[in-house]
Amino acid sequence: MDFRILVQEEPFSQQAEYDALRSNSLSVGAVVTFAGTVRDINDDDTVKVLHLEHYPGMTEKELSKILEEASDRWQVLGATVIHRVGDLYPGDEIVFVGIASQHRGDAFQACEFVMDYLKTRATFWKKEKTVQGDRWLTTRQSDVEAAESWESDP
Amino acid sequence: MATVVLFASIREDLGTDEVSCDIEAGTRVSALIEQLATRNGPEWGAVLRAENIKIAVNQELISGDVELGPDDEIAFFPPVTGG
Repeated sequence: MDFRILVQEEPFSQQAEYDALRSNSLSVGAVVTFAGTVRDINDDDTVKVLHLEHYPGMTEKELSKILEEASDRWQVLGATVIHRVGDLYPGDEIVFVGIASQHRGDAFQACEFVMDYLKTRATFWKKEKTVQGDRWLTTRQSDVEAAESWESDP
Repeated sequence: MATVVLFASIREDLGTDEVSCDIEAGTRVSALIEQLATRNGPEWGAVLRAENIKIAVNQELISGDVELGPDDEIAFFPPVTGG
């Protein structure tokens, strides 16, 4: 199965990505997509710009491993991850995950799993430029717990 | 030559994104950090020994004081915050 993994500055088209996932095979009976967007307020401060950097090479490898693991756990007919880097602004789309499967249960679970693992394993870093100054974001405990919850779930 | 690459706050704290390092096969990560601190200044030791720092060797996350090869790419970065 082909995975589609893109790290790019440009915006993406959810419609085009959905259409590509749907047309993977006539066996596809469910496509679940997730899009993350840049919030204007984080930890009570107004965000002007969200700067994203990553580790070229390692990021793509980690994303590939995450999709491999998802397809080991669930029936996956197609998988796409797109993550934007560079300067993003409130309202911008930042990340897209799409999973095509025969049935919705696999697609829903695989999509959530990929996002949870991406948050804690893929080599991206966010820096917020707020009215109060610039700051690198730190890991949220809730994200760590979300990823860990998959380790006990079969 | 081994290559040391730095990301995000680590890069900003040390003011560079990449340095080359002449190391022998079998050099451990702790010895590499020692060498960098001796050559570039004590702040390198403090930053690279931070408790929550992540280390990757040839783009694979490692834990512990592993042995390095003379041409390895060693990355130091803070916990990831993508998504």
